[in-house]
Amino acid sequence: MIRFEHVTKVLGNKTVLDRISFEVGEGETFVIVGLSGAGKSVTLKHMIRLMMPDDGSILIDGQEINRLRHSALQEVRGKFGVLFQSAALLQWMSVRDNIALPLRELTHTPEEEILRLVNEKLEMLGLADAGEKFPADISGGMRKRVGLARAIIMNPKIVLYDEPTSGLDPVTSRRIDDLIVNMRSQLGITSVVVTHDLHSALSIGTRIMMLHEGRIVENASPEDFIRSKNETVQSFLESQYITKKGKWEGMGHEKV
Amino acid sequence: MGAPVRSVERVGEKVLQSFHNTGHAMFMLFEGIWFIQFAFGKRSRRETATQMYITGIKSLAVITVVALFTGMILALQTGLELKRWGYEEFIGSAVAVTMIREMGPFMTGLIIAASVGSAIAAQLGTMTVSEEIAALEVMSINPNRFLVMPRLFALIVMMPILSVYTNILGIFGGAVVGTTQLGVSMQAYMDNATQFATNKDLYVGLFKAFIFGIIIATVACHQGFMTTEGAVGVGKATRRSVIISFLIILVVGYMVTRLFYI
Ligand SMILES: Nc1ncnc2c1ncn2[C@@H]1O[C@H](COP(=O)(O)OP(=O)(O)OP(=O)(O)O)[C@@H](O)[C@H]1O
Ligand SMILES: [Mg+2]
Repeated sequence: MIRFEHVTKVLGNKTVLDRISFEVGEGETFVIVGLSGAGKSVTLKHMIRLMMPDDGSILIDGQEINRLRHSALQEVRGKFGVLFQSAALLQWMSVRDNIALPLRELTHTPEEEILRLVNEKLEMLGLADAGEKFPADISGGMRKRVGLARAIIMNPKIVLYDEPTSGLDPVTSRRIDDLIVNMRSQLGITSVVVTHDLHSALSIGTRIMMLHEGRIVENASPEDFIRSKNETVQSFLESQYITKKGKWEGMGHEKV
Repeated sequence: MGAPVRSVERVGEKVLQSFHNTGHAMFMLFEGIWFIQFAFGKRSRRETATQMYITGIKSLAVITVVALFTGMILALQTGLELKRWGYEEFIGSAVAVTMIREMGPFMTGLIIAASVGSAIAAQLGTMTVSEEIAALEVMSINPNRFLVMPRLFALIVMMPILSVYTNILGIFGGAVVGTTQLGVSMQAYMDNATQFATNKDLYVGLFKAFIFGIIIATVACHQGFMTTEGAVGVGKATRRSVIISFLIILVVGYMVTRLFYI
Protein backbone atom coordinates (compact mmCIF):
# COMPACT_ATOMS: atom_id res chain seq x y z
CA MET A 1 0.00 0.00 0.00
CA ILE A 2 2.78 2.40 0.97
CA ARG A 3 6.26 1.51 -0.16
CA PHE A 4 9.52 3.42 0.34
CA GLU A 5 12.43 2.38 -1.86
CA HIS A 6 15.88 3.69 -0.94
CA VAL A 7 14.51 7.09 0.00
CA THR A 8 17.12 9.72 0.78
CA LYS A 9 16.33 13.21 1.97
CA VAL A 10 18.83 15.91 2.83
CA LEU A 11 17.59 18.97 4.70
CA GLY A 12 20.04 21.78 5.28
CA ASN A 13 23.27 19.84 5.54
CA LYS A 14 21.82 16.89 7.41
CA THR A 15 20.89 13.59 5.80
CA VAL A 16 17.57 13.13 7.54
CA LEU A 17 16.62 9.95 5.66
CA ASP A 18 19.45 7.77 4.41
CA ARG A 19 18.32 5.24 1.80
CA ILE A 20 15.41 3.91 3.81
CA SER A 21 13.13 1.18 2.48
CA PHE A 22 10.03 -0.27 4.08
CA GLU A 23 6.52 -1.25 3.25
CA VAL A 24 3.18 -0.70 4.94
CA GLY A 25 0.63 -3.34 3.96
CA GLU A 26 -3.09 -2.86 3.63
CA GLY A 27 -4.92 -2.93 6.96
CA GLU A 28 -1.76 -2.58 9.00
CA THR A 29 -1.24 -0.22 11.88
CA PHE A 30 2.33 0.74 11.24
CA VAL A 31 4.03 2.57 14.08
CA ILE A 32 7.12 4.73 13.64
CA VAL A 33 9.16 5.51 16.72
CA GLY A 34 12.42 7.31 17.22
CA LEU A 35 14.05 10.12 19.12
CA SER A 36 13.11 13.72 18.51
CA GLY A 37 14.55 14.84 15.19
CA ALA A 38 14.91 11.29 13.88
CA GLY A 39 12.90 12.09 10.77
CA LYS A 40 9.52 10.64 11.69
CA SER A 41 7.48 13.65 10.57
CA VAL A 42 9.67 13.96 7.47
CA THR A 43 8.87 10.34 6.62
CA LEU A 44 5.13 10.99 6.93
CA LYS A 45 5.39 14.10 4.77
CA HIS A 46 6.95 12.07 1.99
CA MET A 47 3.91 9.81 1.87
CA ILE A 48 1.68 12.67 0.78
CA ARG A 49 4.29 14.55 -1.22
CA LEU A 50 4.55 17.49 1.13
CA MET A 51 8.24 16.73 0.73
CA MET A 52 9.96 15.07 -2.19
CA PRO A 53 12.94 12.76 -1.81
CA ASP A 54 16.36 13.65 -3.19
CA ASP A 55 16.69 10.05 -4.26
CA GLY A 56 14.64 6.88 -4.24
CA SER A 57 10.94 6.39 -4.81
CA ILE A 58 7.69 6.24 -2.90
CA LEU A 59 4.85 4.12 -4.16
CA ILE A 60 1.27 4.45 -3.03
CA ASP A 61 -0.85 1.55 -4.30
CA GLY A 62 1.85 0.93 -6.88
CA GLN A 63 1.97 4.53 -8.16
CA GLU A 64 5.17 6.54 -7.81
CA ILE A 65 3.69 9.59 -6.10
CA ASN A 66 6.47 11.98 -7.08
CA ARG A 67 5.87 11.50 -10.79
CA LEU A 68 2.14 12.12 -10.68
CA ARG A 69 0.51 15.08 -12.35
CA HIS A 70 -1.72 17.41 -10.46
CA SER A 71 -5.08 15.64 -10.78
CA ALA A 72 -3.61 12.18 -10.19
CA LEU A 73 -1.81 13.53 -7.13
CA GLN A 74 -5.09 14.89 -5.77
CA GLU A 75 -6.65 11.50 -6.27
CA VAL A 76 -3.87 9.79 -4.31
CA ARG A 77 -3.99 12.40 -1.56
CA GLY A 78 -7.73 11.80 -1.37
CA LYS A 79 -6.98 8.35 0.02
CA PHE A 80 -5.28 9.91 3.02
CA GLY A 81 -6.47 11.56 6.16
CA VAL A 82 -3.69 13.34 8.00
CA LEU A 83 -3.38 14.44 11.60
CA PHE A 84 -0.49 16.89 11.71
CA GLN A 85 1.83 17.17 14.68
CA SER A 86 0.58 20.72 15.27
CA ALA A 87 -3.04 19.76 14.46
CA ALA A 88 -3.00 22.50 11.77
CA LEU A 89 -6.47 23.86 12.46
CA LEU A 90 -7.62 27.08 10.82
CA GLN A 91 -7.59 29.68 13.58
CA TRP A 92 -10.49 31.79 12.36
CA MET A 93 -12.92 28.91 12.16
CA SER A 94 -14.80 27.25 14.99
CA VAL A 95 -14.07 23.63 15.85
CA ARG A 96 -17.24 22.60 14.04
CA ASP A 97 -16.33 24.52 10.89
CA ASN A 98 -12.80 23.13 10.94
CA ILE A 99 -14.08 19.57 10.98
CA ALA A 100 -16.68 20.35 8.32
CA LEU A 101 -14.13 22.07 6.06
CA PRO A 102 -13.26 19.15 3.73
CA LEU A 103 -16.93 18.25 3.32
CA ARG A 104 -17.89 21.83 2.54
CA GLU A 105 -14.99 22.54 0.20
CA LEU A 106 -14.78 19.25 -1.66
CA THR A 107 -18.24 17.73 -1.69
CA HIS A 108 -21.83 18.73 -2.27
CA THR A 109 -23.04 17.15 0.94
CA PRO A 110 -26.17 18.94 2.20
CA GLU A 111 -25.67 21.08 5.28
CA GLU A 112 -27.87 18.93 7.59
CA GLU A 113 -25.86 15.86 6.66
CA ILE A 114 -22.60 17.74 7.30
CA LEU A 115 -23.80 18.77 10.75
CA ARG A 116 -24.85 15.24 11.54
CA LEU A 117 -21.46 13.82 10.52
CA VAL A 118 -19.58 16.51 12.43
CA ASN A 119 -21.64 15.98 15.57
CA GLU A 120 -21.03 12.25 15.33
CA LYS A 121 -17.27 12.83 15.27
CA LEU A 122 -17.43 15.39 18.09
CA GLU A 123 -19.31 12.87 20.19
CA MET A 124 -16.92 10.07 19.34
CA LEU A 125 -13.87 12.09 20.37
CA GLY A 126 -15.37 13.53 23.53
CA LEU A 127 -15.63 17.03 22.12
CA ALA A 128 -19.40 17.40 22.29
CA ASP A 129 -19.23 20.74 24.15
CA ALA A 130 -16.43 22.24 22.10
CA GLY A 131 -18.16 22.64 18.74
CA GLU A 132 -18.56 26.41 18.88
CA LYS A 133 -15.16 27.16 20.42
CA PHE A 134 -12.17 28.40 18.45
CA PRO A 135 -8.83 26.59 18.22
CA ALA A 136 -7.07 29.28 20.27
CA ASP A 137 -9.50 28.74 23.16
CA ILE A 138 -9.11 24.99 23.60
CA SER A 139 -6.31 22.90 25.05
CA GLY A 140 -3.56 21.31 22.96
CA GLY A 141 -4.99 17.87 23.53
CA MET A 142 -8.41 19.00 22.35
CA ARG A 143 -6.88 20.57 19.26
CA LYS A 144 -5.26 17.24 18.46
CA ARG A 145 -8.61 15.52 18.67
CA VAL A 146 -10.23 18.13 16.44
CA GLY A 147 -7.42 17.57 13.93
CA LEU A 148 -8.13 13.86 14.16
CA ALA A 149 -11.84 14.40 13.56
CA ARG A 150 -11.03 16.46 10.46
CA ALA A 151 -8.60 13.80 9.25
CA ILE A 152 -11.22 11.05 9.31
CA ILE A 153 -14.36 12.96 8.30
CA MET A 154 -13.91 12.04 4.61
CA ASN A 155 -13.57 8.31 5.43
CA PRO A 156 -10.03 7.93 4.10
CA LYS A 157 -8.46 4.54 3.34
CA ILE A 158 -5.21 5.49 5.01
CA VAL A 159 -4.77 7.68 8.07
CA LEU A 160 -1.46 9.24 9.08
CA TYR A 161 -1.17 10.26 12.71
CA ASP A 162 1.72 12.44 13.78
CA GLU A 163 1.88 12.00 17.55
CA PRO A 164 -1.85 11.60 18.14
CA THR A 165 -1.51 11.24 21.91
CA SER A 166 1.28 13.63 22.82
CA GLY A 167 -0.07 16.24 25.19
CA LEU A 168 -3.06 14.12 26.10
CA ASP A 169 -3.84 12.75 29.53
CA PRO A 170 -3.45 8.95 29.91
CA VAL A 171 -7.19 8.30 29.86
CA THR A 172 -7.80 10.22 26.67
CA SER A 173 -4.67 8.71 25.16
CA ARG A 174 -6.05 5.23 25.63
CA ARG A 175 -9.30 6.38 24.06
CA ILE A 176 -7.42 7.53 20.97
CA ASP A 177 -5.56 4.22 20.91
CA ASP A 178 -8.88 2.39 21.01
CA LEU A 179 -10.12 4.54 18.18
CA ILE A 180 -7.12 3.65 16.04
CA VAL A 181 -7.56 -0.03 16.82
CA ASN A 182 -11.28 0.15 15.99
CA MET A 183 -10.67 1.90 12.71
CA ARG A 184 -8.49 -1.03 11.75
CA SER A 185 -10.68 -3.83 13.01
CA GLN A 186 -14.05 -2.39 11.98
CA LEU A 187 -13.25 -0.41 8.86
CA GLY A 188 -10.04 -2.05 7.66
CA ILE A 189 -8.28 1.29 7.61
CA THR A 190 -4.53 1.37 7.17
CA SER A 191 -2.78 3.58 9.72
CA VAL A 192 0.68 4.99 10.10
CA VAL A 193 1.23 6.29 13.60
CA VAL A 194 4.19 8.35 14.77
CA THR A 195 4.55 8.25 18.52
CA HIS A 196 6.95 8.55 21.43
CA ASP A 197 4.72 6.46 23.60
CA LEU A 198 5.99 2.89 23.42
CA HIS A 199 3.18 1.48 25.51
CA SER A 200 0.69 2.71 22.98
CA ALA A 201 2.95 1.62 20.10
CA LEU A 202 3.09 -1.92 21.45
CA SER A 203 -0.63 -2.17 22.07
CA ILE A 204 -1.92 -0.75 18.77
CA GLY A 205 0.85 -1.58 16.31
CA THR A 206 0.95 -4.52 13.95
CA ARG A 207 4.48 -3.50 13.10
CA ILE A 208 6.93 -1.10 14.71
CA MET A 209 9.76 0.65 12.94
CA MET A 210 12.43 2.62 14.71
CA LEU A 211 14.33 5.39 12.98
CA HIS A 212 17.70 6.53 14.22
CA GLU A 213 20.16 8.88 12.55
CA GLY A 214 18.54 8.55 9.17
CA ARG A 215 18.42 4.76 9.20
CA ILE A 216 15.91 2.10 10.10
CA VAL A 217 17.36 0.30 13.10
CA GLU A 218 14.41 -2.02 13.61
CA ASN A 219 11.26 -2.95 11.75
CA ALA A 220 9.40 -5.79 13.42
CA SER A 221 6.19 -7.01 14.96
CA PRO A 222 5.63 -5.78 18.54
CA GLU A 223 6.65 -9.18 19.95
CA ASP A 224 9.94 -9.14 18.09
CA PHE A 225 10.48 -5.46 18.65
CA ILE A 226 10.80 -5.81 22.42
CA ARG A 227 13.29 -8.63 21.91
CA SER A 228 15.41 -6.67 19.50
CA LYS A 229 19.14 -7.14 19.88
CA ASN A 230 19.78 -3.66 18.59
CA GLU A 231 21.34 -1.43 21.24
CA THR A 232 19.48 1.69 20.21
CA VAL A 233 16.18 -0.13 20.42
CA GLN A 234 17.11 -1.62 23.78
CA SER A 235 17.99 1.68 25.33
CA PHE A 236 14.82 3.17 23.88
CA LEU A 237 12.80 0.37 25.48
CA GLU A 238 14.59 0.71 28.79
CA SER A 239 14.00 4.45 28.84
CA GLN A 240 10.28 3.66 29.04
CA TYR A 241 10.70 0.84 31.56
CA ILE A 242 9.79 -1.86 29.11
CA THR A 243 11.79 -5.02 29.56
CA LYS A 244 11.45 -8.46 28.11
CA LYS A 245 10.42 -9.75 31.51
CA GLY A 246 7.80 -7.12 32.14
CA LYS A 247 4.21 -6.72 31.19
CA TRP A 248 4.84 -7.60 27.58
CA GLU A 249 6.33 -10.99 28.23
CA GLY A 250 3.22 -13.03 27.58
CA MET A 251 2.27 -11.58 24.25
CA GLY A 252 2.62 -13.07 20.81
CA HIS A 253 4.09 -16.40 19.81
CA GLU A 254 6.88 -16.66 22.29
CA LYS A 255 9.47 -19.31 21.74
CA VAL A 256 10.69 -20.40 25.13
CA MET B 1 37.98 26.77 -4.15
CA GLY B 2 38.96 30.39 -3.60
CA ALA B 3 36.81 32.83 -1.72
CA PRO B 4 35.93 34.92 -4.80
CA VAL B 5 34.70 31.85 -6.66
CA ARG B 6 32.58 30.88 -3.71
CA SER B 7 31.02 34.30 -3.36
CA VAL B 8 30.26 34.38 -7.10
CA GLU B 9 28.59 31.02 -6.64
CA ARG B 10 26.57 32.39 -3.77
CA VAL B 11 25.43 35.36 -5.83
CA GLY B 12 24.49 32.98 -8.63
CA GLU B 13 22.47 30.90 -6.22
CA LYS B 14 20.69 34.00 -4.92
CA VAL B 15 19.84 35.09 -8.46
CA LEU B 16 18.50 31.67 -9.40
CA GLN B 17 16.53 31.56 -6.16
CA SER B 18 14.96 34.94 -6.84
CA PHE B 19 13.94 33.88 -10.37
CA HIS B 20 12.41 30.79 -8.87
CA ASN B 21 10.56 32.87 -6.28
CA THR B 22 9.31 35.33 -8.87
CA GLY B 23 8.01 32.42 -10.94
CA HIS B 24 6.21 31.06 -7.92
CA ALA B 25 4.68 34.46 -7.14
CA MET B 26 3.52 34.89 -10.74
CA PHE B 27 1.90 31.47 -10.82
CA MET B 28 0.14 32.25 -7.56
CA LEU B 29 -1.06 35.58 -8.96
CA PHE B 30 -2.41 34.05 -12.17
CA GLU B 31 -4.27 31.35 -10.28
CA GLY B 32 -5.60 33.99 -7.89
CA ILE B 33 -6.90 36.05 -10.83
CA TRP B 34 -8.36 32.98 -12.49
CA PHE B 35 -10.31 32.05 -9.35
CA ILE B 36 -11.86 35.54 -9.06
CA GLN B 37 -14.77 34.14 -11.07
CA PHE B 38 -15.69 32.24 -7.89
CA ALA B 39 -15.34 35.26 -5.58
CA PHE B 40 -19.05 35.27 -4.81
CA GLY B 41 -19.63 31.56 -5.22
CA LYS B 42 -21.12 29.58 -2.37
CA ARG B 43 -17.76 28.52 -0.93
CA SER B 44 -15.86 31.79 -1.09
CA ARG B 45 -18.32 34.61 -0.64
CA ARG B 46 -18.01 34.78 3.12
CA GLU B 47 -14.24 35.01 3.01
CA THR B 48 -14.36 37.50 0.14
CA ALA B 49 -16.75 39.74 2.07
CA THR B 50 -14.61 39.47 5.20
CA GLN B 51 -11.48 40.44 3.33
CA MET B 52 -13.21 43.37 1.64
CA TYR B 53 -14.38 44.57 5.02
CA ILE B 54 -10.91 44.23 6.55
CA THR B 55 -9.23 45.97 3.64
CA GLY B 56 -11.79 48.72 3.22
CA ILE B 57 -12.89 49.62 6.70
CA LYS B 58 -10.07 48.75 9.06
CA SER B 59 -7.59 51.23 7.58
CA LEU B 60 -10.05 54.05 7.07
CA ALA B 61 -9.02 56.03 10.14
CA VAL B 62 -5.33 56.10 9.26
CA ILE B 63 -6.07 56.87 5.63
CA THR B 64 -8.30 59.77 6.66
CA VAL B 65 -5.60 61.40 8.76
CA VAL B 66 -2.81 60.80 6.26
CA ALA B 67 -4.90 62.04 3.31
CA LEU B 68 -5.96 65.23 5.07
CA PHE B 69 -2.42 66.07 6.10
CA THR B 70 -0.97 65.19 2.72
CA GLY B 71 -3.34 67.71 1.11
CA MET B 72 -2.57 70.29 3.79
CA ILE B 73 1.18 69.92 3.45
CA LEU B 74 0.99 70.06 -0.33
CA ALA B 75 -1.13 73.23 -0.17
CA LEU B 76 1.14 74.85 2.36
CA GLN B 77 4.43 74.08 0.61
CA THR B 78 3.38 74.95 -2.94
CA GLY B 79 1.03 77.68 -1.73
CA LEU B 80 3.79 79.65 0.00
CA GLU B 81 5.93 79.42 -3.13
CA LEU B 82 3.05 80.42 -5.41
CA LYS B 83 2.12 83.30 -3.13
CA ARG B 84 5.58 84.85 -3.54
CA TRP B 85 4.75 85.30 -7.23
CA GLY B 86 1.12 86.19 -6.66
CA TYR B 87 -0.26 83.01 -8.15
CA GLU B 88 -1.86 81.60 -5.04
CA GLU B 89 -5.20 81.09 -6.82
CA PHE B 90 -3.52 78.17 -8.62
CA ILE B 91 -3.18 76.29 -5.37
CA GLY B 92 -6.40 74.37 -6.11
CA SER B 93 -5.09 72.79 -9.28
CA ALA B 94 -1.66 72.17 -7.80
CA VAL B 95 -3.16 70.13 -4.98
CA ALA B 96 -5.83 68.40 -7.08
CA VAL B 97 -3.53 67.33 -9.89
CA THR B 98 -0.78 66.11 -7.53
CA MET B 99 -3.24 64.20 -5.38
CA ILE B 100 -5.14 62.56 -8.22
CA ARG B 101 -2.19 61.66 -10.40
CA GLU B 102 0.35 60.71 -7.79
CA MET B 103 -0.12 61.21 -4.09
CA GLY B 104 -3.59 59.65 -3.75
CA PRO B 105 -2.73 56.21 -5.06
CA PHE B 106 0.80 56.37 -3.69
CA MET B 107 -0.16 57.26 -0.12
CA THR B 108 -3.03 54.77 -0.16
CA GLY B 109 -0.66 52.11 -1.46
CA LEU B 110 1.89 52.72 1.28
CA ILE B 111 -0.69 52.68 4.06
CA ILE B 112 -2.42 49.57 2.78
CA ALA B 113 0.90 47.77 2.22
CA ALA B 114 1.95 48.60 5.78
CA SER B 115 -1.37 47.70 7.39
CA VAL B 116 -3.30 45.20 5.30
CA GLY B 117 -0.30 43.74 3.41
CA SER B 118 1.71 43.12 6.55
CA ALA B 119 -1.29 41.52 8.24
CA ILE B 120 -1.77 39.18 5.28
CA ALA B 121 1.91 38.19 5.30
CA ALA B 122 1.81 37.56 9.04
CA GLN B 123 -1.37 35.51 8.86
CA LEU B 124 -0.35 33.36 5.90
CA GLY B 125 3.15 33.07 7.38
CA THR B 126 1.76 31.77 10.64
CA MET B 127 -0.41 29.34 8.71
CA THR B 128 2.61 28.13 6.77
CA VAL B 129 4.80 27.44 9.80
CA SER B 130 1.98 25.75 11.70
CA GLU B 131 1.41 23.35 8.75
CA GLU B 132 -2.05 24.75 8.00
CA ILE B 133 -1.15 25.38 4.35
CA ALA B 134 0.22 21.84 4.09
CA ALA B 135 -3.02 20.54 5.58
CA LEU B 136 -5.02 22.44 2.96
CA GLU B 137 -2.87 21.00 0.19
CA VAL B 138 -3.31 17.46 1.44
CA MET B 139 -7.07 18.00 1.55
CA SER B 140 -6.80 19.23 -2.06
CA ILE B 141 -8.11 22.64 -1.06
CA ASN B 142 -6.16 25.01 -3.29
CA PRO B 143 -4.67 27.78 -1.11
CA ASN B 144 -4.67 30.09 -4.11
CA ARG B 145 -8.44 29.86 -4.32
CA PHE B 146 -9.11 29.52 -0.64
CA LEU B 147 -6.73 32.21 0.65
CA VAL B 148 -5.12 34.24 -2.13
CA MET B 149 -8.16 34.96 -4.29
CA PRO B 150 -10.33 36.66 -1.63
CA ARG B 151 -7.40 38.85 -0.52
CA LEU B 152 -6.38 39.70 -4.06
CA PHE B 153 -9.96 40.50 -5.02
CA ALA B 154 -10.49 42.69 -1.95
CA LEU B 155 -7.31 44.67 -2.64
CA ILE B 156 -8.03 45.08 -6.35
CA VAL B 157 -11.50 46.45 -5.62
CA MET B 158 -10.71 48.46 -2.52
CA MET B 159 -7.48 50.15 -3.58
CA PRO B 160 -9.11 52.36 -6.29
CA ILE B 161 -12.05 53.16 -4.00
CA LEU B 162 -9.76 54.10 -1.11
CA SER B 163 -7.60 56.06 -3.49
CA VAL B 164 -10.58 58.19 -4.55
CA TYR B 165 -11.36 58.72 -0.89
CA THR B 166 -7.78 59.82 -0.28
CA ASN B 167 -7.99 62.23 -3.21
CA ILE B 168 -11.18 63.84 -1.94
CA LEU B 169 -9.84 64.27 1.58
CA GLY B 170 -6.49 65.51 0.30
CA ILE B 171 -8.15 68.14 -1.84
CA PHE B 172 -10.33 69.09 1.09
CA GLY B 173 -7.26 69.36 3.33
CA GLY B 174 -5.70 71.63 0.72
CA ALA B 175 -8.83 73.77 0.72
CA VAL B 176 -8.64 74.21 4.48
CA VAL B 177 -5.08 75.49 4.23
CA GLY B 178 -5.88 77.54 1.12
CA THR B 179 -8.76 79.38 2.74
CA THR B 180 -7.29 79.82 6.22
CA GLN B 181 -3.58 80.36 5.54
CA LEU B 182 -3.33 81.62 1.97
CA GLY B 183 -6.44 83.75 1.64
CA VAL B 184 -7.93 81.92 -1.32
CA SER B 185 -11.71 81.69 -1.34
CA MET B 186 -13.34 78.26 -1.29
CA GLN B 187 -15.07 79.08 -4.56
CA ALA B 188 -11.81 80.04 -6.33
CA TYR B 189 -10.02 76.97 -4.93
CA MET B 190 -12.68 74.55 -6.16
CA ASP B 191 -13.04 76.23 -9.57
CA ASN B 192 -9.33 76.06 -10.07
CA ALA B 193 -9.10 72.47 -8.83
CA THR B 194 -11.78 71.18 -11.19
CA GLN B 195 -10.58 73.24 -14.12
CA PHE B 196 -7.14 71.68 -14.45
CA ALA B 197 -7.56 68.11 -13.32
CA THR B 198 -8.51 66.03 -16.34
CA ASN B 199 -10.30 62.74 -16.68
CA LYS B 200 -7.04 61.24 -17.83
CA ASP B 201 -5.46 62.17 -14.51
CA LEU B 202 -8.24 60.37 -12.71
CA TYR B 203 -8.02 57.25 -14.86
CA VAL B 204 -4.25 57.02 -14.58
CA GLY B 205 -4.53 57.47 -10.82
CA LEU B 206 -7.16 54.74 -10.57
CA PHE B 207 -5.09 52.48 -12.78
CA LYS B 208 -2.13 52.97 -10.44
CA ALA B 209 -4.24 52.16 -7.41
CA PHE B 210 -5.46 49.00 -9.12
CA ILE B 211 -1.90 47.92 -9.97
CA PHE B 212 -0.74 48.71 -6.42
CA GLY B 213 -3.54 46.49 -5.12
CA ILE B 214 -2.22 43.59 -7.20
CA ILE B 215 1.34 44.27 -6.04
CA ILE B 216 0.44 44.37 -2.35
CA ALA B 217 -1.65 41.19 -2.51
CA THR B 218 0.95 39.27 -4.50
CA VAL B 219 3.94 40.27 -2.38
CA ALA B 220 2.14 39.73 0.92
CA CYS B 221 0.68 36.33 0.02
CA HIS B 222 3.93 35.15 -1.53
CA GLN B 223 6.04 36.22 1.44
CA GLY B 224 3.56 34.49 3.74
CA PHE B 225 3.79 31.23 1.82
CA MET B 226 7.62 31.40 1.70
CA THR B 227 7.90 31.67 5.49
CA THR B 228 10.25 29.29 7.25
CA GLU B 229 11.74 29.03 10.77
CA GLY B 230 8.71 29.48 12.97
CA ALA B 231 7.79 32.72 14.70
CA VAL B 232 11.05 34.44 13.81
CA GLY B 233 10.32 33.67 10.17
CA VAL B 234 6.86 35.22 10.43
CA GLY B 235 8.43 38.46 11.63
CA LYS B 236 10.89 38.39 8.76
CA ALA B 237 8.17 37.67 6.20
CA THR B 238 6.07 40.55 7.49
CA ARG B 239 8.95 43.01 7.33
CA ARG B 240 10.04 41.82 3.90
CA SER B 241 6.51 42.05 2.54
CA VAL B 242 6.28 45.72 3.55
CA ILE B 243 9.72 46.62 2.21
CA ILE B 244 9.30 44.80 -1.09
CA SER B 245 5.81 46.26 -1.62
CA PHE B 246 7.14 49.79 -0.96
CA LEU B 247 9.97 49.36 -3.46
CA ILE B 248 7.80 47.88 -6.20
CA ILE B 249 5.11 50.53 -5.65
CA LEU B 250 7.72 53.28 -6.03
CA VAL B 251 9.26 51.85 -9.18
CA VAL B 252 5.98 50.85 -10.83
CA GLY B 253 4.41 54.21 -9.89
CA TYR B 254 7.24 55.96 -11.69
CA MET B 255 6.94 53.72 -14.74
CA VAL B 256 3.20 54.21 -15.05
CA THR B 257 3.65 57.99 -14.83
CA ARG B 258 6.29 57.82 -17.56
CA LEU B 259 4.10 55.63 -19.71
CA PHE B 260 1.15 58.02 -19.66
CA TYR B 261 2.75 61.45 -19.43
CA ILE B 262 5.74 61.36 -21.77
N1 LIG C 1 11.59 22.03 6.44
C1 LIG C 1 12.75 21.69 6.99
N2 LIG C 1 13.89 22.34 6.69
C2 LIG C 1 15.07 21.99 7.23
N3 LIG C 1 15.20 21.00 8.11
C3 LIG C 1 14.13 20.30 8.48
C4 LIG C 1 12.84 20.61 7.95
N4 LIG C 1 11.95 19.76 8.47
C5 LIG C 1 12.64 18.97 9.30
N5 LIG C 1 13.94 19.28 9.31
C6 LIG C 1 15.00 18.59 10.08
O1 LIG C 1 14.89 17.22 9.83
C7 LIG C 1 15.09 16.47 11.01
C8 LIG C 1 13.94 15.53 11.25
O2 LIG C 1 12.78 16.29 11.51
P1 LIG C 1 11.39 15.63 11.88
O3 LIG C 1 10.43 16.74 12.02
O4 LIG C 1 11.06 14.57 10.93
O5 LIG C 1 11.69 14.99 13.30
P2 LIG C 1 10.74 14.07 14.15
O6 LIG C 1 11.34 12.72 14.14
O7 LIG C 1 9.34 14.21 13.69
O8 LIG C 1 10.94 14.69 15.60
P3 LIG C 1 9.85 15.07 16.71
O9 LIG C 1 9.61 13.85 17.50
O10 LIG C 1 10.51 16.12 17.52
O11 LIG C 1 8.64 15.57 16.00
C9 LIG C 1 15.32 17.48 12.11
O12 LIG C 1 16.71 17.56 12.33
C10 LIG C 1 14.82 18.77 11.56
O13 LIG C 1 15.58 19.83 12.04
MG1 LIG D 1 7.71 15.15 14.30
